[in-house]
Amino acid sequence: MEIDNVVCAFCGCVCDDITVTVEEGRISEVKNACTLGRAWFLGHSSNAHRPSGTVNGRPVSTEEAVEEAARILAQARYPLIFGLTSTYCEAQKEAIALAEVLGACIDCCTSVCHGPSGIALQGVGEPTCTLGEVKNRADLIIYWGSNPAESHPRHLTRYAVTPKGLFTPRGRKDRRVVLVDVRPTPSARAADIFLQVKPGKDFECLWALRALIKGIDLEEDAVADTGVTLAQLKDLADRMQSCRFGMLCVGQGLTQSRGKQMNTTAVFLLVRELNGFTKFAAMPMRGHGNVTGIDNVLAWQTGYPFGVNFSRGYPRFNPGEFTAVDVLTRQEADAALIIASDPVANLPRPASGRLSQIPTVALETRESETTKIAKVVITTAPAGISAEGTVYRMDNVPLRLRKVLPSPFPSDEEVLSRLLERVKELKHA
Amino acid sequence: MPEGKLILITGRSTKQGTGLNKGKDSRDYQEAVRTLEMNREDMARFGLRDGDLVKIKTLYGEATFTCRQEKLPKGMAFVAYGSLSSRLVGGETHASGMPDSKGFEVEVVHLPRGD
Ligand code: SF4
Repeated sequence: MEIDNVVCAFCGCVCDDITVTVEEGRISEVKNACTLGRAWFLGHSSNAHRPSGTVNGRPVSTEEAVEEAARILAQARYPLIFGLTSTYCEAQKEAIALAEVLGACIDCCTSVCHGPSGIALQGVGEPTCTLGEVKNRADLIIYWGSNPAESHPRHLTRYAVTPKGLFTPRGRKDRRVVLVDVRPTPSARAADIFLQVKPGKDFECLWALRALIKGIDLEEDAVADTGVTLAQLKDLADRMQSCRFGMLCVGQGLTQSRGKQMNTTAVFLLVRELNGFTKFAAMPMRGHGNVTGIDNVLAWQTGYPFGVNFSRGYPRFNPGEFTAVDVLTRQEADAALIIASDPVANLPRPASGRLSQIPTVALETRESETTKIAKVVITTAPAGISAEGTVYRMDNVPLRLRKVLPSPFPSDEEVLSRLLERVKELKHA
Repeated sequence: MPEGKLILITGRSTKQGTGLNKGKDSRDYQEAVRTLEMNREDMARFGLRDGDLVKIKTLYGEATFTCRQEKLPKGMAFVAYGSLSSRLVGGETHASGMPDSKGFEVEVVHLPRGD
């Protein structure tokens, strides 16, 4: 059976035009997806062989695993809830309710991907738009510190570089594409201009661009040791001011390098100022399928997009204090609930090491580095394959994930709502 | 760039992205996160050939990678992020929540061939 208009939730592009073929209870073919999306559909379509749950490595039923998880979390003095980027908004809502009941810290992978973009947004605002506007209007695309050819392949073909839009009828021919990065990635092949910045020198280049568009006469010295020349930056500033609609795509090269939120603040200020000359927008290239969703749900419910602490009974936000890497590195968290994420593989060792020392509960669709160390593992149905719900594309457009295969396991939402009920009972007992 | 040092950049690669969907124990994922890319001059400087094992150290930890020549600026190495690269990153976030995951200095220790 062919199912059309399926949504891929692997990366922040959240492509909603995928066709999957389901045969004999498995996905046998995937059309329209990129190589990453195809691997995601094929790789996540079967986890039926896994146990429903484990406690200390011993296979147990979902109910037993939930019971043990509830006990661990209800007893903890400073539990951390983390992850949430590869699941859907209805499940995220349950996790936030659980954090409130527990007085927990709740953080998502945003703090280790585009947290610095969120901090910049709070400081100076984010002049942005939707990917539909990019497709239909943008004639200058700048990828800065991003390698979409390998991280968001269809960003190039579906939204920003080659698609034909209302005011870009000739597709690629109607656009100029600039890549700014510290190394010539495979994305350089898609660009007309490649500017190679030295590592840690993005801020200086962005600040120089701000000066140039304000007509300030800079000396070559001002950009010495950045890897790019003043002439290159002048050329880029001219292109930015003279395009009809410009788009600056913010990659993790800016958020994870020296400068962090200062780099993203510089981007948003630059783009804001460019709107004095033309139409210009910026957008963080969000990584995981629903990382934008958890920022939105946390912001509706607590006022803050990541790193939220409920220990005083009301939400508090302070990156560096209530963010996962900090809470774990300082050895403060005494229990953890990890949802749809693999922090043991991806967080710095001083933080991930803490997860092996404390009782960790993992809700996961498959084996990961985190499930290997977790005291309790609860297997759930993969969101977008065997569970449906809402996800947010990187431009904050909500889309509905579809269920294309049955699963013997409950969804993240079901497990989290059972866990919430049980924790409430234990807390009130 | 001091002798024996490189600036390490971590990031997504296609092989790592498809590999993680096959499973983190899959050969593709493991190969992707265990391969350290360097430029030709740096490989020569360290006496390395494609396929040699190289140990990378920081203040926070160390990990052993297989090295491969790639088009990179001199003084820079790249590795697809994952369980090995995260051993090299510290937990300090400078009040941002974000560790220094890209563009940090690493020390290169060439392991004898066959190790
Ligand atoms: S670009 Fe992202 S969302 Fe689109 S098919 Fe590829 S992995 Fe899926």
